[in-house]
Amino acid sequence: MTVIDNTPAESDVTVVEWDLSKQEKAFVGWHLIVAILALTVGSLFGPMQAFQFSGADIYPLLDPIIKSYYQGLTLHGVLNALVWTTFFIMGFTNLTTMKGLGRSLAYPKINLVGFWVMVVGLLMAAAPILTNSATVLYTFYAPLEANWAFYLGLTLVVVGSWIEGLGFYLTLHAWRKDNRGVRSPFIALAGVINSAMWQIATLGIAALILTMLLPRSLGLIDGTDPALARTYFWFTGHPLVYFWLLPAYISWYGMLPKQAGGKLFSDSLARLSFWMFLIVSVPVGFHHQFADPGVPQTWKFIHAILTYSVFFPSMLTLFTVVASLEYAARKRGGTGLLGWIRALPWKDPSVASQLLAGILFMFGGIGGLTNASYNINLVIHNTAWVPGHFHLTVASAVTMSFMGITYWMVPYLTGTALWSTKWALIQAWTWFVGMIIFSNAMHVLGLLGAPRRTPLGDALYVPEEWKGHMLRASIGGAILLVSVLIYAYGMVKTATGPKIDPALVPTVPIAESIRDRQLTPVWLDQFKPWLIGAGLLLVIAYGPQLVDQILNMNLNAPGFPNAY
Amino acid sequence: MTSTIDPPDASGPPPETKLSMGIDPVEKAWMRISIALLVVFAGIITLAGFTMGFEVPGDDGELDPQTFLTEEPWASPGLREIAEGEYEAYVIARAWSFEPRELVVPLGAKVTIYVSSPDLQHGFKITDTNVNMMVVPGQVSTLTHTFDELGEFPYICNEYCGTAHAQMYGTVTVVASLDEAEDAAADTQADTASEGDGQ
Repeated sequence: MTVIDNTPAESDVTVVEWDLSKQEKAFVGWHLIVAILALTVGSLFGPMQAFQFSGADIYPLLDPIIKSYYQGLTLHGVLNALVWTTFFIMGFTNLTTMKGLGRSLAYPKINLVGFWVMVVGLLMAAAPILTNSATVLYTFYAPLEANWAFYLGLTLVVVGSWIEGLGFYLTLHAWRKDNRGVRSPFIALAGVINSAMWQIATLGIAALILTMLLPRSLGLIDGTDPALARTYFWFTGHPLVYFWLLPAYISWYGMLPKQAGGKLFSDSLARLSFWMFLIVSVPVGFHHQFADPGVPQTWKFIHAILTYSVFFPSMLTLFTVVASLEYAARKRGGTGLLGWIRALPWKDPSVASQLLAGILFMFGGIGGLTNASYNINLVIHNTAWVPGHFHLTVASAVTMSFMGITYWMVPYLTGTALWSTKWALIQAWTWFVGMIIFSNAMHVLGLLGAPRRTPLGDALYVPEEWKGHMLRASIGGAILLVSVLIYAYGMVKTATGPKIDPALVPTVPIAESIRDRQLTPVWLDQFKPWLIGAGLLLVIAYGPQLVDQILNMNLNAPGFPNAY
Repeated sequence: MTSTIDPPDASGPPPETKLSMGIDPVEKAWMRISIALLVVFAGIITLAGFTMGFEVPGDDGELDPQTFLTEEPWASPGLREIAEGEYEAYVIARAWSFEPRELVVPLGAKVTIYVSSPDLQHGFKITDTNVNMMVVPGQVSTLTHTFDELGEFPYICNEYCGTAHAQMYGTVTVVASLDEAEDAAADTQADTASEGDGQ
């Protein structure tokens, strides 16, 4: 490590280190408190789904509080996939915006309002989930019907994230006014691009909730159009995964190389991949609807091809991130074709967690290509393969990266030391091993035909052949349960630990680019061409089918609030 | 590779804006390989999807979820022969069972399956086949499959539809000929009925 830090030209020449004030750190920290609480509570329910598979059904014991497997599954999905991610991402983007630009938020009150709108929304959505009047899973497909507070709460969470996104954009804008001709720092720009993508993507869910689900749950309309509801949902549903993933990419591109003792291999390509995500993340939603009636094959096929094109920036990311890591490892004395991997700082839990996240993501990406492949999708659509897949992506690539980030971020925010490096490493490795066992079992079950979102322990159609894999899923779940408990305990101990010498507190790792950032072409620093491109592609790829479905809308499917 | 990091000079002349991004030659090769790979994949799914019959469901008609069960052919769901060796099967998916619970199909039969739902969304996947469809109220889901293997193939609801979702399934039984099957069915009817009524 010292090899790098002693070379003066690297890190010491940069502008005098601006840092967040105590209040600003606290504001970021509040996002993390909500996020980590959601991750912990939500992750207690995940393993219970897996235990049910092997007959160890804990749900009857929870009866006074949690009524069913599905209520637990709703909590697991909403808290882990929606709340943990959204609150972490907003907190992290506040940090990357301020620290990346070296200035405070332009309008801190905007972000403060955004945060509180999100919190109010969360509490509002939590109430019906906890009282079993919103057991509709995190996809809430019509005509399943939840209490109106669930929909209004989710809306407020999204609106709050829009408000915070506006705050990030205005801050970048203010910085650019003061720094004309200077390329925006990557981590700040990338965070704003992710917020912009999210604002475009969530128009679908806004239309779904405001024109159908909320009015229906309030009794203002008689029914919904479930096919149109699915189209609206997946307009948001797939870019949602990029909204989760891009902050992990910000760390992989813009922070991890620094933590590993190196630099970003290519600033230009890092930006290019983010702009490509802005353009192609949204018009791909029909690849979740390959098995749907009511959507012509032509549009499904077009979205299949567009989905392949989103795979391209991920391939760029794979190259650039691995190249940056190799650069770092060779500077640390690593040699050999693959031997350099050993020279990476595996003893640093933040680095280890993110490297393991990247390894699992490669498998997740390969599985994702299968899902995206039009007719091949029919082999695995809605089978256990699908949760197997997204536990490698959102629950590994994203979650392990975020957990790895918190291993420096929480000490940075609280001025304390990480509670235990050893236990943090154990946490990362147990998550890795547990997830391999769990997700492999789920992928195999899916190929054998096992449905997703089903308490297989009770199902009458389960053949002997599935049972060994169901047991493996339970074992993976048990390991993950241990891992999340270590994580939560470690986070509490870290945040409440004694303050240490400020010189020893971790700083925000920001990787310099190998090439001078000023050499990055201007068109990779401008919003306008990319936003226009995103709008055009959206109109071409979604417009005709969406307009057709809206014009032929039939609100004739009554709601079912009593199905669960 | 240069490793000089110059602090940006805001007062100097505007930086050049040429398109060169300084892409490493190895990275260029990687980009070409990535694109080639995706083109090959796209070619495969195109061929399979549009010339070899590995189809996904499409836009196959709408109906009123509240009234369609009273109209033919939905009023009498089940398997019907429409031409020599060709069949159609109408299946109703509702919370929480399929109607009919069993489809007995002769070996080699080409069956076009139609499924719809009067209540919630459901799934319809026949195990070990490429028949896998969402069932959405107000829409007709259709796929055609040729059953060329003897045996029992459960069709399972694979979309969450409420309390007893895990009990929602039926079975395609592929038999050597329908006449034999009728004899066998008479013997096992009682068993099948009690099993299907598990809820």
